[in-house]
Amino acid sequence: MIEIFKTFVTVALGLGAFLAVMVGLYWLASQLPEPWRDRARVMVFVGPALVLLVGGLILPSLYTGRLSLFTGPNANKWYGFGNFRELFTDSDNLIVLRNTVWWVILVTLASTVIGITIARLADRMRGEPYAKALIFLPTAISMVGAGVIWNFVYATKGNDPDKQYGLLTWLWLKAEPILPGKQDPHYWLQDREFFGFHSSFLPGLNTLFMIVVIVWIQAGFATVVISAAMKGVPDDLVEAAKIDGATDRQSFFRIVLPYVKGTIITVATTTLIAVLKVFDIVQTMGKGGQFATSTLANDMYQRSFPLSQPGYGAALAVILFVAVVPIVYVNAKNQRNIREGR
Amino acid sequence: MSTLELINLQKRYQNGYEAVPGLDLEVRDGEFLVLVGPSGCGKSTVLRMVAGLEDISGGDMLIDGVRVNDMGPQQRDIAMVFQSYALYPNMTVGENIGFAMKLRKTDKAVMATKVAEVAALLELDKVLDRKPGQLSGGQRQRVAMGRAIVREPKLFLMDEPLSNLDAKLRVQTRAEISRLQRRLNITTMYVTHDQVEAMTMGDRVAVLRRGYLMQCATPQELYHTPDNLFVGQFIGSPSMNVVRAEVVEGTGGLPALTVGSQTIQLDDAALAQLPGVRGMIGRSVAFGMRPEVLGDEGTSSIDVDVELVEMLGAELLVHATIDAPSVKQTDEGVEIGESNTSMIVASMDARIRVNAASRMSLTLDTSRIHLFDLVTGDAIGKAKVDVG
Ligand SMILES: Nc1ncnc2c1ncn2[C@@H]1O[C@H](COP(=O)(O)OP(=O)(O)OP(=O)(O)O)[C@@H](O)[C@H]1O
Ligand SMILES: [Mg+2]
Repeated sequence: MIEIFKTFVTVALGLGAFLAVMVGLYWLASQLPEPWRDRARVMVFVGPALVLLVGGLILPSLYTGRLSLFTGPNANKWYGFGNFRELFTDSDNLIVLRNTVWWVILVTLASTVIGITIARLADRMRGEPYAKALIFLPTAISMVGAGVIWNFVYATKGNDPDKQYGLLTWLWLKAEPILPGKQDPHYWLQDREFFGFHSSFLPGLNTLFMIVVIVWIQAGFATVVISAAMKGVPDDLVEAAKIDGATDRQSFFRIVLPYVKGTIITVATTTLIAVLKVFDIVQTMGKGGQFATSTLANDMYQRSFPLSQPGYGAALAVILFVAVVPIVYVNAKNQRNIREGR
Repeated sequence: MSTLELINLQKRYQNGYEAVPGLDLEVRDGEFLVLVGPSGCGKSTVLRMVAGLEDISGGDMLIDGVRVNDMGPQQRDIAMVFQSYALYPNMTVGENIGFAMKLRKTDKAVMATKVAEVAALLELDKVLDRKPGQLSGGQRQRVAMGRAIVREPKLFLMDEPLSNLDAKLRVQTRAEISRLQRRLNITTMYVTHDQVEAMTMGDRVAVLRRGYLMQCATPQELYHTPDNLFVGQFIGSPSMNVVRAEVVEGTGGLPALTVGSQTIQLDDAALAQLPGVRGMIGRSVAFGMRPEVLGDEGTSSIDVDVELVEMLGAELLVHATIDAPSVKQTDEGVEIGESNTSMIVASMDARIRVNAASRMSLTLDTSRIHLFDLVTGDAIGKAKVDVG
């Protein structure tokens, strides 16, 4: 009880002090002569954000960049671009890259396409709001929570077909009469092969099953955002297309989709960036990236901390950063296009 | 070369609202028919049913004698210009115009020629590669027109295509549309709430009120022989002055009208126009006078109190009061004003000098007056012209 009270008082005092400083600085700025007054006032408000930006983002980025050029548990041995060389040559590291590429492609594609499809199908359907609420629900679940839930879906227990509680395993066993061959309990999340096919380019089945989880989360977001955009397409555009002779399909692909293109790009880039950082799912479902399920973000954590390779971890961070830059650029350009009304 | 027939056409919206209770209307081959009426009277509803954008609740619609009730807009071979123009924002002007042909997989070369032809006709050749967002309002309007005419459709539908233009451009475009329609000779149905547009553009004008057809006739007929009070007051600007009057027996047994404290004798010329009034002695009627009939030539006269004089250059608008209640036909029915005096407007030759705040006598040509039933609003004794 006392602790809670103390916390509150501390927070209140902190906020009060902050406000006092701001008001004081603003007052001081207001005392300056004219050419300086406005600039000083702006600085009072922009300044703290700037400090946070420089101290919290720019300096650490530069530090990370430097770190990526060193090796050893304390990152004190100069290594040049050695970390990057390893990243792109070592076969285990290449699997991490490969996985990340598949994550990015599959999740972005699947959730955007599913989002567009459901938004189209649900449009003007009877229970549209409920359908969309259901689809959106997973978006509200934390990734760790989702990982735990889906761990149950994919769970496998021993070899006894009668003791299985995982939904997927149960379905798999039930499907015995339909599918060819004999169905045995299968450890899904340990299957690093692509449907029994070993390839260094294709993702493992376990990775695909994890991708399903993120798609489950992301598709809701995509659906809701794209659906909202589709509602914004003026009715008379679609009507004009109909009168011009367009079928429903044609007016969807030639009028509605181009109209919401900007929104789709926003959804895709947002999803892309989110997926590039995928970590929680791999941690909870892949036991930290085992069975060849690791991704860039997951490996970054594993190397930097449990494995004490901060230099290599930093190199991964740099690669992630470099990968995000073009996406951010595309997104910014897209936003500008939207603002200028295409 | 097409005709459109609406036979007892009905529209009931999902919420139960009966927007069109039953409409009979025919648009003849090559005709420019204007649907006009106050806001909410169902003009757009009718047009959208013709286009196939709105389901038909009852009755029949025939295009060239073929029932099209169950055809989608794609099959009806019609073109429509929307009030908002509804240009496809992601396509250039050329692509907008060519879209319908592209959907029909028209040969590229043919398409390019046609688009160029239409663009030249509408003076859009310089902006063919622009997106609609980069055009002026007038250019957008022309693109919308181009998109419609390029297809040479059976029917041309337009829903207030000029309402987004400024006044001057509207007058100019009005004439252009009329000329274009005449030149292409495409059967056209045009919706507007502006009676000036209706009168200037239409071969015939159909006046709607709450989904009912009040009259469909040439602009001249509508103006000079309105079927009812509603049409009389809707058509014409400034609108017809209508006050309550009593039909009484005047000199020589001929009917006369008592308006407030004055009596206006009807002569043989007037009675020839209003034969029905003979049987109305002792009854109240709505008495209509167009502004230009007041203060012009005439054998009769009416005394008024001038309140305000407006000089418009070519004409003089005299606003005056008269001691009889006003009558108007609204959506609800015929309404008689509560006050015992009402405002009337006379439009007179600008060379006449009129002093505000004076009492004056306005000459009145009784052969050009209108009488309407006070309950139904129907014209009384109108020498029936076959509107057909
Ligand atoms: N979807 C709808 N559901 C219910 N009622 C409707 C619907 N659309 C229109 N209405 C009603 O039908 C009537 C006719 O509407 P309509 O749009 O045809 O009017 P309008 O004559 O075109 O008017 P305006 O000149 O304002 O465009 C109006 O009273 C309107 O409120
Ligand atoms: Mg309308």
